[in-house]
Amino acid sequence: MSTFLVEIVTPERKVYEETANMVSVKGVEGELGILPNHIPLVTPLRIAPVTIKRGGVVDIIAVNGGFIEVRKDKVVILAESAELARDIDVRRAEAAKKRAEERLAKREQIDYHRAELALQRALNRLSVGR
Amino acid sequence: MATNMRDIKREIKSKQNMKQITKAMEMVAASRLRRAQQAALASRPYADKLKEVVASIAAGTKDVKHPMLETREIKKTGYLVITSDRGLAGGYNANILRKVTQTIQQKHKSADEYALFVIGRKGRDYFRRRNMPIVEEVIGLADSPTFADIKSVSSSAVKMFADGSYDELYLYYNKFVNAISQIPTETRLLPLEEISEGTKVSTYEYEPSPEGVLEVLLPKYAETLIYSAVLDGKASEFGARMTAMGSATKNATKMISQLTLTYNRARQAAITQEISEIVAGANAQS
Repeated sequence: MSTFLVEIVTPERKVYEETANMVSVKGVEGELGILPNHIPLVTPLRIAPVTIKRGGVVDIIAVNGGFIEVRKDKVVILAESAELARDIDVRRAEAAKKRAEERLAKREQIDYHRAELALQRALNRLSVGR
Repeated sequence: MATNMRDIKREIKSKQNMKQITKAMEMVAASRLRRAQQAALASRPYADKLKEVVASIAAGTKDVKHPMLETREIKKTGYLVITSDRGLAGGYNANILRKVTQTIQQKHKSADEYALFVIGRKGRDYFRRRNMPIVEEVIGLADSPTFADIKSVSSSAVKMFADGSYDELYLYYNKFVNAISQIPTETRLLPLEEISEGTKVSTYEYEPSPEGVLEVLLPKYAETLIYSAVLDGKASEFGARMTAMGSATKNATKMISQLTLTYNRARQAAITQEISEIVAGANAQS
């Protein structure tokens, strides 16, 4: 089975580096499943979990504010933050979710967009963390 | 003479205390410097990769138009200044603030022509005292700042350029060379300089389109540049502090030895005088 290298890099450090068989991401235009020898591609990503299959193992990573660069033998995901399930503080994400929902309920114009993004991030983390 | 001796002794004691403190600060700065350097190094792959992709889009597609790449007529200028929260770091803050002030005085006649973004308490206090217009400030930054810490200031600095609040953005920070040398540096962040390296053109598919990708990537790229400058600034700060405290410790040592010498002389003089008084007394009796 052919494989390729997957890297996830944030401004602070390299979060993930493994050889994988398949990567599945949610791009701005829709879901993408990337197998080896994919055509070179660059696209921004939505705030969503990234699924990486290697051998029999499936890694799920919460990626926020990033984009993906696909090359023949390598996939690089650059993101503002990226967390593996074990690094996620579920309680904190839940608190963030609650906070964001309260803000959205109040419908404050200025922070509406920000609260929406915060909610997306929290939900993303929760879906990976659980 | 005796009182004078006590004075000198007290002074020696106080210098010793000071030396202890500066020595401790030097060592703390040294260990933090190492960490800050590592952080600066760890941030490099992200910035490099981003640059590579942006450059390849710029090179691959001939006529990309993006407001962040266009040079406009300059009516107003933004300055982002990176300073430290605490002093005792030698010329670290003074150098960078002097450079900014000089530039502003040369280029602008009134306070309407520029806007300031400040990172660090020292810089904020400095500009506030002079009633210069601060748009946004970040203080109390951690020793190894995360991207989220400076996200708000960097994204608003980039956003304000994009919406035309000012027409260029300069970045001022201390570039880290090594532990004993930091260079106050001015770089023009926006509009972005030509970033095409030319040679390496990899053909990518872009989703939704090259312009669409650029739209997302360019602000990110600018923010990343700010983040690396902050990390560089942190490393410089600790380097500067380490050097400053090192030389303070050395000076303290020198003063202590000087004072000890004076003290011993005074003691000797006091003893000599006492002896001569006793001898004189004995002579008078016989």
